[in-house]
Amino acid sequence: MTRHPRGGSLAPGIINQTPADGAPRGERRRALTVTVMWLIAALALLCLTSLLIGAGEVGPLTSLATLVGHPIGAATGSDEARFVMTELRGPRTLVGLAVGASLGIAGALLQAVARNPLAEPGLLGVSAGSAFAIAVALVLGASAATLRVSVAQLGAVCGCAFVLGASRLNAVGQDPIRLVLTGAVLSGLLGALTSLLLLMDQRAADEIRFWLVGSLAGRRLADLQAILPSLALAATITLTIARPLSALALGERVAVGLGHHPRRVRLLAIAVVAMLVGAATAVAGPIAFVGLVVPFAARAIAGPDIRRTLWLALILGPMVVIAADIVARVVVAPSELSLGVITALIGAPVLIAVVRSRRLPTL
Amino acid sequence: MMPTHHPTSAPLSAHDLELGYGHGNAGRGKSQHSVIEGLNISLPAGQVTAIVGPNGCGKSTLLAGLARLHAPRRGAVHLDGQDIQHIPAKELARRLALLPQETHAPEGLTVAELIRFGRQPHQGFLQQWSREDARVVESALAAANLTALADRTLDAMSGGQRQRAWIAMAIAQQTPLLLLDEPTSALDLGHQLEVFELVRSLAAAGKTVVIVVHDLDSACRFADHLVAMQAGRIIAEGRPKDVVTTALLRELYGIDCTLLSDPVTGSPILANMRRAATPNADNGMQASSQACVSGA
Repeated sequence: MTRHPRGGSLAPGIINQTPADGAPRGERRRALTVTVMWLIAALALLCLTSLLIGAGEVGPLTSLATLVGHPIGAATGSDEARFVMTELRGPRTLVGLAVGASLGIAGALLQAVARNPLAEPGLLGVSAGSAFAIAVALVLGASAATLRVSVAQLGAVCGCAFVLGASRLNAVGQDPIRLVLTGAVLSGLLGALTSLLLLMDQRAADEIRFWLVGSLAGRRLADLQAILPSLALAATITLTIARPLSALALGERVAVGLGHHPRRVRLLAIAVVAMLVGAATAVAGPIAFVGLVVPFAARAIAGPDIRRTLWLALILGPMVVIAADIVARVVVAPSELSLGVITALIGAPVLIAVVRSRRLPTL
Repeated sequence: MMPTHHPTSAPLSAHDLELGYGHGNAGRGKSQHSVIEGLNISLPAGQVTAIVGPNGCGKSTLLAGLARLHAPRRGAVHLDGQDIQHIPAKELARRLALLPQETHAPEGLTVAELIRFGRQPHQGFLQQWSREDARVVESALAAANLTALADRTLDAMSGGQRQRAWIAMAIAQQTPLLLLDEPTSALDLGHQLEVFELVRSLAAAGKTVVIVVHDLDSACRFADHLVAMQAGRIIAEGRPKDVVTTALLRELYGIDCTLLSDPVTGSPILANMRRAATPNADNGMQASSQACVSGA
């Protein structure tokens, strides 16, 4: 982030040379609409693929034959395939949609509030806060899925509070990379504490281990239902704060001059981040990097205005998570990799690219 | 031409105003130092008022106070007779536009996109982008002479163009009153003129403009009303021709000079400037630079 007195000479942007720069407004807008259409089509295709492909014995052709209701070549539909798709892959795909959208939006919001393109809930310890809170709850004897959501959200709130506190410190707030390092310390600390708790309590460890690595495997519709109310609330709040948030990108004073209340807006945005990250973590475990990659790609496509970034994150987030989940199922079949591993493989290069660009893009 | 909706009559005034930092939100500074104390000001309607003074004299603080960025410790700012603290933020943004000294735009933002932000005070949750908004943006573009550059990104423009784009955003707010904090300070001469001419055209369209200016010559030339500030007080105000005297300049900046009159426009020009050699003036300079440190 750079602040410059108005009128000072500025090197032209490196990261974001908008491709349609200079094109007439209508054309630019139309190009964006076309891109969004393609992305929606790609997301639909990914969802279909997610239904058809799995680590188990039910192959894609059998699945497709079951789906369309009549044989395709040698493959015929089967009850087993029907069961796999409606009970396993279908819910898993829907959960993936919700988790991806949540993490993508949360990343975009947190980056806007922290004014830092590296502010990602996973990197900054918000997800680790959720995970730790859940571990504590399990050790204390909790196990209900709905309880898990609120506990995870509480943990996320604490993580967010820490991040914001850290970004208030002068040296940390001004330097995106320091903020990430601070977050890494928090993540590491909470991760260690979580492990410690689980070492002390075997029952909790068994219950949580499959969840702690970050995965969509075995998630059911009930899991999705548990988080839907918070997602709906988060969506409503996001719609009301999108415009003031976009103005905050022009600076605090300009936002005030346009009749907004920056503090209130920031607090609401943080509440939404905690709700979304808590919900996603409760369902799928801590998944890093989605909140980094998705807003990054969204800005590259739609430019800096958060009102557009958010809509794109809503499409790109599910794409990244579902694609990663498909890869996780396929690469080591018949076993599965954890989703967190795949998103880290996608996310780490993006993180390095952002950090290496000489000037971090201003938010 | 600019559309003007409100008849302008002594729109903005401050009474017994005290402003300072280290007050209110989260103890940002520890000092309880007041930058401005017991200040009274009344801005003439439909005119360009320039606020001048040495660094740290409280010019920007005053402007921020007039725009309600700072809550007054004492006294009040009145907008059309109404205490500014009692006006809802959004309504205030429809009546008064502020351009802060430091702005920054996200990379890749275009001029038209920036100007559209100026319509936000006129929009609501259920009242999204309207035809009226589009029309106002077009006319703001035209007023700032930026129509041809509407789709350029801000980082690809000259300082003067960028500054005009920011002012156009304030124009798009359609307020009868505009407060501009040092819009010309970082610009070279030609770009400064671009901005000053735009300011004049705003006043010609009936708007009241308040502008903090560093360069006294430009202030004299382009302002109808000059407000000279020193150490948080107004020490002179009125028409530039009447206000600017060698005594005032010595008090303001600690300089001696010969005052000439511009043969074309008649505005005062400072010639043969030199630092005044009196110890008094030196003390004054020190005091004001200290005020600058604590006020910045």
